[in-house]
Amino acid sequence: MPKNQNLKSILIIGSGPIVIGQACEFDYSGTQALRSLREDGIETILINSNPATIMTDPTMADHVYLLPLNTKSIIKILKEHPQIDAVLPTMGGQTALNLCIEADEKGIWEDFGVELIGVDIDAINVTEDREQFRALMGKIGVGMAPQATATSFLKGKEIAQEFGFPLCIRSSFTLGGAGAAIVHDEADFDRLLTYGLEISPIHEVMIDKALLGWKEYELELLRDANDNVVIICAIENMDPMGIHTGDSITVAPAMTLSDKTYQKMRDMAIHMMRSIGDFAGGCNVQFAVSPDENEDIIAIEINPRVSRSSALASKATGYPIAKVAAKLALGYHLDELENQITKSTSALFEPTLDYVIVKIPRWNFDKFEGSDRTLGLQMKSVGEVMGIGRSFQEALHKATQSLEIKRNGLGADGKGYKNYEQIIEKLTHASWDRVFVIYDAIAMGIPLKRIHEITKIDMWFLRQYEELFNLEKEISTFTIDTLDRELLLEAKQKGYGDRQIAHMLKCLESEVYKKREELKINRVYKLVDTCAAEFKAQTPYYYSTFEAEIETADGKVFVDNESIVTDKKKVVVLGSGPNRIGQGIEFDYSCVHGVLAAKECGYETIMINCNPETVSTDFDTADKLYFEPVFWEHIYDIIRHEKPEGVIVQLGGQTALKLAEKLSKYGIKVLGTSFEALDLAEDRGRFSDLLTDLKIPFPKFGIAESADEASALADQLDFPLLVRPSYVLGGQGMKIVINKKELEEHVIDLLKSIPGNKLLLDHYLDGAIEAEADAICDTDGNVYIIGIMEHIEPCGIHSGDSNATLPPFNLGDLVMEQIKDHTHKIARALNTVGLINIQFAVKDDKVYIIEANPRASRTVPFIAKAYGEPYVNYATKVMLGHNKVTDFDFNPKLEGYAIKQPVFSFNKFPNVNKALGPEMKSTGESILFIDSLKDDEFYELYARRKMYLSK
Amino acid sequence: MKYQKLKKAIVLLADGTIFHGKAVGKEGTAFGEVCFNTGMTGYQEIFTDPSYFGQLMVTTNAHIGNYGVNDEEVESDSIKISGLICKNFSYDYSRDNSNGSLEDFLNAHNLLAISDVDTRALVSYIRDNGSMNALISTEVDNIEGLKKQLAEVPQMAGLELSSKVSTKEPYFFGDENAPIKIAALDLGIKTNILRNLAKRDAYIKVFPYNATYEDLKAFNPDGYFLSNGPGDPEPLVDAQNVAKQIIADNKPLFGICLGHQVIALANGISTYKMHNGHRGINHPVKNLVTGKGEITSQNHGFAINREETEAHSDIEITHVHLNDHTVAGIKMKSKNCFSVQYHPEASPGPHDSSYLFDQFISNIKS
Repeated sequence: MPKNQNLKSILIIGSGPIVIGQACEFDYSGTQALRSLREDGIETILINSNPATIMTDPTMADHVYLLPLNTKSIIKILKEHPQIDAVLPTMGGQTALNLCIEADEKGIWEDFGVELIGVDIDAINVTEDREQFRALMGKIGVGMAPQATATSFLKGKEIAQEFGFPLCIRSSFTLGGAGAAIVHDEADFDRLLTYGLEISPIHEVMIDKALLGWKEYELELLRDANDNVVIICAIENMDPMGIHTGDSITVAPAMTLSDKTYQKMRDMAIHMMRSIGDFAGGCNVQFAVSPDENEDIIAIEINPRVSRSSALASKATGYPIAKVAAKLALGYHLDELENQITKSTSALFEPTLDYVIVKIPRWNFDKFEGSDRTLGLQMKSVGEVMGIGRSFQEALHKATQSLEIKRNGLGADGKGYKNYEQIIEKLTHASWDRVFVIYDAIAMGIPLKRIHEITKIDMWFLRQYEELFNLEKEISTFTIDTLDRELLLEAKQKGYGDRQIAHMLKCLESEVYKKREELKINRVYKLVDTCAAEFKAQTPYYYSTFEAEIETADGKVFVDNESIVTDKKKVVVLGSGPNRIGQGIEFDYSCVHGVLAAKECGYETIMINCNPETVSTDFDTADKLYFEPVFWEHIYDIIRHEKPEGVIVQLGGQTALKLAEKLSKYGIKVLGTSFEALDLAEDRGRFSDLLTDLKIPFPKFGIAESADEASALADQLDFPLLVRPSYVLGGQGMKIVINKKELEEHVIDLLKSIPGNKLLLDHYLDGAIEAEADAICDTDGNVYIIGIMEHIEPCGIHSGDSNATLPPFNLGDLVMEQIKDHTHKIARALNTVGLINIQFAVKDDKVYIIEANPRASRTVPFIAKAYGEPYVNYATKVMLGHNKVTDFDFNPKLEGYAIKQPVFSFNKFPNVNKALGPEMKSTGESILFIDSLKDDEFYELYARRKMYLSK
Repeated sequence: MKYQKLKKAIVLLADGTIFHGKAVGKEGTAFGEVCFNTGMTGYQEIFTDPSYFGQLMVTTNAHIGNYGVNDEEVESDSIKISGLICKNFSYDYSRDNSNGSLEDFLNAHNLLAISDVDTRALVSYIRDNGSMNALISTEVDNIEGLKKQLAEVPQMAGLELSSKVSTKEPYFFGDENAPIKIAALDLGIKTNILRNLAKRDAYIKVFPYNATYEDLKAFNPDGYFLSNGPGDPEPLVDAQNVAKQIIADNKPLFGICLGHQVIALANGISTYKMHNGHRGINHPVKNLVTGKGEITSQNHGFAINREETEAHSDIEITHVHLNDHTVAGIKMKSKNCFSVQYHPEASPGPHDSSYLFDQFISNIKS
């Protein structure tokens, strides 16, 4: 059956603010779905409260509602758009499904004659309600772990007695494994059971026998209305059962499954999919496989919607799951659609990979002091990276190089652990660094068998690690002069960075690079094409690798490179890498707009990024996508290959910005604001001199490199003091101290964790109001302030964690004039070309400068959404020299105020101090429009402000 | 465990192109027609599939050998490919339910393998230039000598290979008391076909490729089966005659792959050598009778002529390949006979099409 012709207008529900367990992967899937529906001439209406998304751009849907995700908003939209025929709830994660169910229970869909497409309520219920799901699996003969439901504390205790420990507790209808825990013994059970029941909206937990050490797999499927089912990707968790899949290192394709067992799993998945009622779209099924010779397979769960894993699977295979899922929801059958990559073959097929991808989660435990850093059933990571390589080893290395945690890959950087007890402890209690510790354990000589016993990680993976270490050892016996081509090529093929090889050979990175050049060991680029080169692909989605040589019949020797360089003028946009606190989806928003703007200016756009959750790494976004670590060596090789006019660094947050220095040093043009200006803004001393010259006030400050110096400085500056290391992100390590004892403690702490760093001490303007301005500036010094926001909370709370209003709600004309005046002066003085964000503290009607960042800030997407203006587009055109600020017709539209509200994920870290301070802790944000300051919500936020003031 | 340095090796194509790589283990030279398989699982099943006889197999999956080998996951009694070309070879494996490493298995069957080849470039090359004869060798300093030897390898087109892999003597498979008896002509049969039939209460007598219809009939079977196998179907005149006689008697008949081509030839439909064939476990087929799609396991370098099939008054196309619209399945309108170009027995591959065995059994019963 082809498309359902009755569907002309469709409502899509987004996933709201970013929280742990539900991140920007839903911006990617929502964006794809909107584009896909539009291709079919469908009118689209979107609701999502997250302004920092591409999907909420006015151009993405016919009507975008930046409203809170509740039934009140749904009713409002349905009243305004009686033409809506259907709602598609499978693109916005659990949030959208839950809202859809709530609206269904209230009879809203029925009242407005809105059809549910993609999935029906029964299918959602049967997959969400663990009791129903279990009953269904029993009926169709799919095995599950012994499991029972408890809706009361007493019932839970009874179940535990029956099953014995270890047990898993999982809360029903929650997200990212919230409330889930493994209970090893009775002592912890009561507490965890109570917590699990409390966090479930229906006060229900599932208790199951823990299958610790079983191998864990996920299959990403598509099913159409004709019951055709295809498996898009099989993902193997390197970390076995016991660690949430969102926190596991995962690999595709499955590495250790025989065809027999894989096909059995495939049959089960299809059987399960077909049993859950009406469903047309993308779906995820999770399985556990016993590691013994029985290879028993049991089902864990089904998610009848696109997910984090489907985003990963889309990037891993090149098959755009959400895009096709949206078409299936319209009624199309898979065999009626084409493969989006080859454009010549059918969408009804199963992608095959001739490379390996490794996903590693990115954690931010440092932001949650006191948190339990051990990984378990509850997801704790805030982002992820994906590495693509022609072997598991290369992919693993690339993923570790993408993390931006100051590691160059596995081993060979002198940063490994060397203490036996510590290594065993870290293997036992998996945390963010276990992926590195395995290497250290092998280096220390701990037998693989022992590592396997502790971690239960499949021996195949451990042997791959061992091979890497053996290679490192072998190379270490050479010098840069004696190393032969074959061995160097092998090291590069296995993903070792030049820096690591330099470490092994005790030489400089540049010498390794030079040697590579001499020996013609150069990166080549291969396509992600869904079909292992069986068909010609049309999609410019590349990854790098090193390959063996080929010799033509007439003796020409070459290495096969699939990335053909065009003679068009090109620009590279550097992405922002993994999401983390302080650098999230906002920067991906900016990167995507940068790419689109550069396209409009006639450039061929080249995107480099390694975050699989994002729109920027959708192959539909840039003209060429290089899915590569935002890591110097990879970037430099791409630039050498493509020879772009320049690189845009100011859109990809700190990740991209910090590469500006090296780019400049290597003579590569940084488009927009120069490296010198970026550096000047970061250098507190020189920046203060500049402010002094401009006669702009700033809080007294000083720089200290030891506790003694800090103490002496404190006498000059007066307490309270704001203490922080230089060059950090999201206020990392920033703290307000009120006396010398606190100062000394914090200084010692900082110098311990970041040795050799310079510390900045600012006099803290107690009780000041904080405000910030974003502006665009061009080479002629024209400045346009795109927005000024006032924080509701007082100074001292990180701007990312503050509620803020656009425009300011109670700053007088005098203050506003100073803000504008300072912004103009600073933007010009820094020779800003593009975006700049300046933060202010206002005390006694005097405006002080806290800091200036000549780059796209976190607030830019918010302001763009609130005013309905494409500011990043304008700024990019200014950076490229294509336009002047004066070329644009600025026409901001906003009635009343827009409030930016931070959203936190503290529920994932029950023991963490939730107090806010100069270090950012929020994971996402939402936008709230109010007509006037009399609005109750604003009043409440404002009233809460007093709470902080009284502290 | 120590770092292991591997010897150099090459793939030499008939047109003179050389792909560099490393020898997995043993040294020497092996010849065959180079082809690729895109499956991500099931290497052991592929290597032992008689349809691959005489082929140098390029596996596109990034790693081969990860889960070792298992005595039961074989499709015949030996390795049938003539050589292996891969990217990363796993010397160590991990699987409790395994009987040894792939390296040992290859050595036991005296198979030459080379790794670290840019298999992706090689696949693209075959895709663009068509499948061709090739060799793999560790004699990297004897290119000219190798070229001479390669020139003497016969072309696959016109090559009859069933005789090389078919059983010499008839044998039985399954429970002799089973209610259904099937005579199977072994043109290079995969064991999983027999397992699938036996599972459905059939007792099978497997005949050599050159058996006559009388030989088969003597078993007094309820149905006849023409198997898959290697090589060009055209020279298989005996098998075509057997098919003609079965059809003439209107006995239940089912053919898979080469057997399907033989049935087409028996009906006067010609076959042709494809550019580079279909070899993988992700091939989409649409069942035109039910309108449903199925993901299938495929392995064929020849196909039946579509126009002639469409024009044939007694043949209905039941299945088409969704990527290139080649004929994937036919049935005879007036006879109890059907066949598919792909492999419903899977192994390796998805089980989406196993209903075809049910269909055959039900055809026999009706």
